[in-house]
Amino acid sequence: MTYNWDFHSVWQFYDLFLYGLWISVLYTIGSIFFGVIIGFATCAARLSRWWMFRTIARIYQEIFRCTPLLVQLLWFYYAFPLLVGGSIDNRVAGMLTLSLYVGAFYAEIFRGGIVSIDRGQREAAAAIGMSPWQSMTRIILPQALKRVLPSFINQSVIQFKNTSLVSVISVADLAYMAAVVNGQTYRPLESYTVMAALYILMLLPLTQAADWIERRLRVSD
Amino acid sequence: MTMNNHTDASVIEAIALRKSYGTHDVLKGLDLSLTRGEVVALIGPSGSGKSTFIRCLNMLEIPTEGTIRFRQKKVGDRFRDNGEEIGIGTLRRHVGMVFQHFNLFPHKTVLQNVTEGPIIVCKTSKREAEERAMDLLAQVGLAEKHAAYPNHLSGGQKQRVAIARALAMQPEVLLLDEVTSALDPELVGEVLAVIRRLAEEGMTMAIVTHEMAFAADVANRVLFLDQGVIAEAGSANDVILNPQNPRLQAFVARFRG
Repeated sequence: MTYNWDFHSVWQFYDLFLYGLWISVLYTIGSIFFGVIIGFATCAARLSRWWMFRTIARIYQEIFRCTPLLVQLLWFYYAFPLLVGGSIDNRVAGMLTLSLYVGAFYAEIFRGGIVSIDRGQREAAAAIGMSPWQSMTRIILPQALKRVLPSFINQSVIQFKNTSLVSVISVADLAYMAAVVNGQTYRPLESYTVMAALYILMLLPLTQAADWIERRLRVSD
Repeated sequence: MTMNNHTDASVIEAIALRKSYGTHDVLKGLDLSLTRGEVVALIGPSGSGKSTFIRCLNMLEIPTEGTIRFRQKKVGDRFRDNGEEIGIGTLRRHVGMVFQHFNLFPHKTVLQNVTEGPIIVCKTSKREAEERAMDLLAQVGLAEKHAAYPNHLSGGQKQRVAIARALAMQPEVLLLDEVTSALDPELVGEVLAVIRRLAEEGMTMAIVTHEMAFAADVANRVLFLDQGVIAEAGSANDVILNPQNPRLQAFVARFRG
């Protein structure tokens, strides 16, 4: 098969690609930011001594971990507005869904880190008179967060890739823009190859950083 | 570390202490009163409840029934003081504990391990806390290790740091829970030497130990715990050297080798 590659006609639209990439980065950073907040709150609820909090947090987590992100996006954009009456902006629906989705996973990562810390640490903190809050913030969390940093970065890398799904509700991210360029040029091979290359370009440094951090943590343990 | 404040009044006291896990009764009604400067050794077979017992003294285990009294006041079930009741946080600030597995904070240096309590809990200034910590580290022979992380220390060194960490809070009572059990035999001596000196300086201590010779040597009083009760109590001479209770005789004989 001989194929005449023509990146030139596709790259004419580089500003669309860059805009899409910018949107993808924004949704990644935004949903990670909100996801961390949601994740911490959910994690705290999961570790709470009140069963109500534990149960609610658990139900939220299972709903978002056991449905595909694509289904969640469709539901929040098309179904949720009917439920409450009115409409929802597609960008809001996208950010909301991405944040809730990643928050459920972050919560599990944080929780795993906290419960993995030896019980003796909490006891030693308690034995010098620390309050549960002091013990958590000064002794448990610093160790737990260090331990889960590789998992956290991995989940965030996955999150970057997941943002591509917001294109199905017409958020103009990189995947969406690649489709737009394809529509203009009829060059799917080039359009989608450029898109893939841009994802790799963004994520390769992150996965390398995660590996590097993981190796360093192993040494310092 | 001066506590020449000798009175006969008890510093810490356990009254009719019971602890159950489900249907399993670990402690079946124990009483103990420690007076200032007194060193009490708790001995007994594993599973006899001695660790659970001293962990109740600083409320790391919450007793199922019974009372802990500190400075003649009842310890409540809240972290903070509540009316006449002493809070668990207050109790722990004045009652130090050293653990079998050291439980040093691995993300903090030796010095930070020792200053953490004074700075965070007692709100001591960093400078003052560090001066006192260096002084304590010197006393346990580890001043030159102040910048090291716990992972780089031997077991004996870790345990001496843990003792310094407890002492930094200027405790009125020190609880030692099998502090040499996790150590290689050749490292036991350096830790016992530190504890022996504390005893000489008048520190009030409750010591759970399997080191019979050491217990006989430093303790004013020895309690033999068996199946959740104090089966025999008395001077080291009576309990360890001339045991009456047949189970105690068997226990002591085994440890004498």
